[in-house]
Amino acid sequence: MSAGSIERPWQRWAIRIGVFIAMLILVLPGAWVVLTAFRPNIEVLARPAVWIPQNLTLHNFLGIFGRLDTQQGLPVANYFINSMVISVTSTVVAIAVGMMGGYAFARYRFRGKAALFLGFMLSRTVPGVALSLPLFILWSRLGLIDTSVGLIIVYMAVNIPFTIWLTDGFFRQIPVDLSEAAQIDGCTRWQAFWKVEFPLARSGLASAAIFAFLTSWNEYALASQLTRTTASKTMPVGLMDFTAQFTVDWTGMSAMAVLIIVPALVLTFIVQKHLIAGLTFGGVKG
Amino acid sequence: MAEVRLEKVVKRYGKLEIVHGIDLAVAHNEFVVLVGPSGCGKSTTLRMIAGLEEISGGTIRIGDRVVNELPPRSRNISMVFQSYALYPHMSVRENLGFGLKIAGQGEDEIKKRVDEAAEILGLGELLDRLPQHLSGGQRQRVAMGRAIVRHPDVFLFDEPLSNLDAKLRGQMRVEIKKLHQRVKTTVIYVTHDQVEAMTLADRIVIMRDGHVEQVGTPSEVFERPVNTFVAGFIGSPPMNLIEAVVTTGKARLADGIEVPLPPDARVSEGLPIVLGFRPESFAPRGHSLHADARALSLSRTVVIAEPLGTETILFTTLGGKDVQGKMLAPRPVSPGEQLEFTLDLDRLHVFDHASGVTLR
Ligand SMILES: Nc1ncnc2c1ncn2[C@@H]1O[C@H](COP(=O)(O)OP(=O)(O)O)[C@@H](O)[C@H]1O
Ligand SMILES: [Mg+2]
Repeated sequence: MSAGSIERPWQRWAIRIGVFIAMLILVLPGAWVVLTAFRPNIEVLARPAVWIPQNLTLHNFLGIFGRLDTQQGLPVANYFINSMVISVTSTVVAIAVGMMGGYAFARYRFRGKAALFLGFMLSRTVPGVALSLPLFILWSRLGLIDTSVGLIIVYMAVNIPFTIWLTDGFFRQIPVDLSEAAQIDGCTRWQAFWKVEFPLARSGLASAAIFAFLTSWNEYALASQLTRTTASKTMPVGLMDFTAQFTVDWTGMSAMAVLIIVPALVLTFIVQKHLIAGLTFGGVKG
Repeated sequence: MAEVRLEKVVKRYGKLEIVHGIDLAVAHNEFVVLVGPSGCGKSTTLRMIAGLEEISGGTIRIGDRVVNELPPRSRNISMVFQSYALYPHMSVRENLGFGLKIAGQGEDEIKKRVDEAAEILGLGELLDRLPQHLSGGQRQRVAMGRAIVRHPDVFLFDEPLSNLDAKLRGQMRVEIKKLHQRVKTTVIYVTHDQVEAMTLADRIVIMRDGHVEQVGTPSEVFERPVNTFVAGFIGSPPMNLIEAVVTTGKARLADGIEVPLPPDARVSEGLPIVLGFRPESFAPRGHSLHADARALSLSRTVVIAEPLGTETILFTTLGGKDVQGKMLAPRPVSPGEQLEFTLDLDRLHVFDHASGVTLR
């Protein structure tokens, strides 16, 4: 820290306190949810409130999986599988299609390119919920209500334009010379892509994949309209199972929320390695 | 055998024509340099030969094949890019061996040929490094190594030295020349630097605005430029070019000075011309290159003197224009000094004023 020597002690403390407050605001709600997931119901509901957890338990998790006699379990496993299938499928398709689209935008000239690109971006300006009613009518005519396929299509439609936009940027950063050099070295255009451009764009594709996955994994508004039963309900929609007409099972809901957060965190950590490797690659120039 | 023949080669982007029907024949193992100012279509021409740009018209032959429709990989060429275009995610060894691997060569053969190329270019210790850990000159060498491992019919170079500093550029120029002597192959080399062109080329192709202006050996384009463009482009410092009018077999300059024209100049009375002479043909008495030449004495005032060690460039005026002279075996000269210059009359160039075409 060379800059440290210039800062006065009070400045340093002001910065630390500022960062602390910002982190508190950012982290506290999430931390509170996680904490609630591991606390007994009685403590959470206590009046006056018990701020410092007295004892931690896995009771809530056992409860939502139906492992307790006192409480009927929820089809969490079904929700989890639905969420996984829907998110992974829509992500894989969005990345495959989006990568090709992004490559096309970055490398080829074609008529209407600018308009098409703008169109993709404009599609992002429409809030998803505004589409829920037309989507609902359309999907019910097509028999796609309460099916995984129905949601997969919706999420693909959301993710593909975004992936195209993101990967276009990444492919643009890779000099065209590299693909040309590979073609002169004996590659077809296809081989040049897979052997040279794809490996260099991998970090970009990884970040696009995280975005796409998290978008599908966390989406609630559309999923709550288009799903009905365990056939297609996803984890975020399943959260609402914990609200009854007059009560909310806060601990159960928090436990489920933790189950939503964990896979997202794990994925982000796995892919993060690629992101960092990719960033150092970016230092190559000329 | 790999000659390269371009016949009436045209490049158009939409309606815009960039290259206007180029004819060029490059002989087997010849080193040909395309030179011209930036934007004149050198790279475009080279890229059409490489197969990286579609050919809008005419034919390109490599060896006895018409390659117009062939993709780059089927042309048996290799190319060194200005950016080097090394694969950033591959080590030097993998970069060098990439083409051979794609061609399906065995491990042993790849290793043998990579080691051979590394030996020629002195890349031995660098083989396991990534391109990002190499200096500019080393990257340049790797790029050349990648070009030679495949033993192609034709090497194409697109401004390979322009990202290097002046000193390294000089060294690499010599290396490229040595490489060509060792690895005999047809070479087509693009540069905007006339010094590079003069030093490397067997033959130079001077281009302007998508046209070929002149093709010739370095001494031909230097001694007998076909027009004022070539005359001004080749040589450093550039040739002095002064407007004049033919008057009784002499060139009369704007300031009234009359210069006898060479007897073989195809001029008529009253014709507006451009008189050209190189700085080395215009020197103070006793400091010229050709002491015994027919010469015209002119007393001029030196405006600026640029000492370069073995010679001094003298800036003065003639015919209302700034001109440069070259003083060999120089002595100190100060601005404002009046010197007796000799203009070498055997080395005058005469061009038509309207078309710029040579009249000798
Ligand atoms: N894709 C393109 N579309 C339109 N014009 C182009 C394109 N590529 C190059 N040009 C034009 O062609 C001309 C020649 O370019 P280039 O061959 O790169 O010149 P050089 O290599 O001699 O500097 C330039 O004027 C350039 O603007
Ligand atoms: Mg160029």
